Amino acid sequence: MRYAFFPGCVSRGGCPELYPAAALICKRLGIDLWEMQGASCTGAGVLQEKNQLLGDTLNARTFAMAEYWDLPIMTICSTCQGVMSQANHRLRNPEYRAKVNGYLAEEGLEYKGNARPKHLLWILIEDYGLDKLAELITRPLHGVRLAPFYGCYLVRPTDALEFADNPERQDSLERLIEILGATVVDFSGKTRCCGFPILTINERNSLAMVGKHTSEAKDLGADAMITPCPLCHLNLDSFQPKAAAQAGREIGLPILHMPQAIGLAMGISPQELGLRRHIVNTRPLMTQLTPAAAH
Amino acid sequence: MNVTIRVRRQDPESESAAPFWQDYPLEIEDNATVLDALIKIREDIDGTLSLRCSCRSSICGSCAMRINGQAGLACKTQAAASLKAGDIIEVEPAGNMPVIKDLVVNFDLFWNKIMEVEPYLQPQGPEPEQEYVVSNESMLHLSGVTACIMCGACVSDCTVMEVDPSFLGPAALAKAYRFTADPRDGDDAGVSKERLEQLNGPSGMWDCTRCLECVQACPKGVAPMERIMAMRDQAIAAGLRNTNGARHTEAFAESVEQTGSLDELTLVPKSLGMTNVSGLLSYAPVAIQALTHGKMPPLIHKKIEGVENVRRLFEKVDETER
Ligand code: SF4
Ligand code: SF4
Ligand code: SF4
Ligand code: SF4
Ligand code: FES
Repeated sequence: MRYAFFPGCVSRGGCPELYPAAALICKRLGIDLWEMQGASCTGAGVLQEKNQLLGDTLNARTFAMAEYWDLPIMTICSTCQGVMSQANHRLRNPEYRAKVNGYLAEEGLEYKGNARPKHLLWILIEDYGLDKLAELITRPLHGVRLAPFYGCYLVRPTDALEFADNPERQDSLERLIEILGATVVDFSGKTRCCGFPILTINERNSLAMVGKHTSEAKDLGADAMITPCPLCHLNLDSFQPKAAAQAGREIGLPILHMPQAIGLAMGISPQELGLRRHIVNTRPLMTQLTPAAAH
Repeated sequence: MNVTIRVRRQDPESESAAPFWQDYPLEIEDNATVLDALIKIREDIDGTLSLRCSCRSSICGSCAMRINGQAGLACKTQAAASLKAGDIIEVEPAGNMPVIKDLVVNFDLFWNKIMEVEPYLQPQGPEPEQEYVVSNESMLHLSGVTACIMCGACVSDCTVMEVDPSFLGPAALAKAYRFTADPRDGDDAGVSKERLEQLNGPSGMWDCTRCLECVQACPKGVAPMERIMAMRDQAIAAGLRNTNGARHTEAFAESVEQTGSLDELTLVPKSLGMTNVSGLLSYAPVAIQALTHGKMPPLIHKKIEGVENVRRLFEKVDETER
């Protein structure tokens, strides 16, 4: 299995523990990654505010590169995935695509409309198969209670994300949590917004969202939260102490990147998965893990 | 078709004012809407169930509520397509507004916000000598926004209003855009500078997190968030650049243009403004913590391969669109 890998900036920038964790588990899974060195940022929806056509052109450029390799694209960030899906949705229109291709021609690129950007989470369920993943679980996370947190762009808008054709995307994280042997903690915040985009604009509101979701999950008995989005992780983990102070309570809920949780269940050590790099202490969680079976 | 409608009920004026779930098992037509089911309950099973509805054809905007946790019109939602495990459909009142009884909520907050944006044309240039002819194109564009039926589904699910009721919110901001984008509003050139200045302030356009809840919830394709994004662009174009939001957007675009990707290290200082010392210092504890945990982004931001192609696209696509 091979993918054109689009790691995104945050997995190497603000959350540098994500990229190696994702690369490590893909290696264990036997997923071959060709990193897209020449691809630009998706625009994260921010660039699109200024100029949607430009944003779509940059993404079409990335799609054309993957098409040239004849590979599906793998993302590891809900925001990258959502922005790409939305761009791809608009680029289905042949007239619009032709206009965009006009800009790409100078670089010798053309987007034919066949790219399939997919988040690692979807790949595991739709392409790889959870049964096959289950065979690699040597340290099931029995007794660990995990609250899923998707990130807006992996759940909305459902038309661009093609939920109708892929209904399993709706509860993909819950399915994954169960395969890892952990228990799902369902809570009202799981598909809501982490508040990251307004952190520097209205910090109070942003932190109120962090506080609301992490406290709710904690109060429902979650041992940790799991997220497929590094931007959510940034806000929910790095800013959790500040959010707790604003809310006037203790929270202390570790936030796991999705590939870290998978790695733990595969018996990979917390150090290798970068768990020491988190702001909220993950050690109490680690003591809950049963020793890994030999493999 | 046999279903169970699970309704979140509440009567704040009764002795037991707390909300509770009540299950109504019933038989409905295969093509029934959620509203059909609710009306059947009220008529045949339990006359005490309160709900609002009128047109039954997604025109009047009365029947917005949460169905399986997501806001929408009950009269536009097919029951058969909404079945959860056990053939259950969960119905709750719209969010972010106080419950009057069961599925009926108080819309004061909604209307106050609409009034706050002064929802009528305010031309500022000299009066035209004859009728003002608006181009087909701009009217077509505006018709996407005037399609709003004031149902409140977007407000129900707005992420920011949930933590901050002072936020103008999706419906009012979309309504405001209906005027900022109208060539008749504002000065001769159709720029609604005064409006934009107001909307640029606290609780205005920059407070939206871009969470897409309102886009998903809106039954009329108004896509309030996209209007808010377009309004931000209008504000920047009208010279209103002195907000953290505007600086953030500009800094973000600059980083992608120069390097092909996002330079997180300079984004925070640039959005707060390089001279905003107290603002910058408030991030210092988090930054130091990040540093000691080995979490800081790399100091030297690498450019992607072939970044000149990205820069060229910035130049070209900008040129033709402006
Ligand atoms: S969307 Fe975010 S993580 Fe993805 S490439 Fe852009 S800035 Fe990076
Ligand atoms: S849309 Fe107009 S005609 Fe239709 S129900 Fe509402 S008020 Fe009546
Ligand atoms: S996108 Fe903005 S306006 Fe729409 S629901 Fe989210 S925060 Fe509210
Ligand atoms: S924008 Fe859409 S969801 Fe919001 S009030 Fe108008 S019609 Fe309803
Ligand atoms: S009853 Fe009028 S919109 Fe649903």
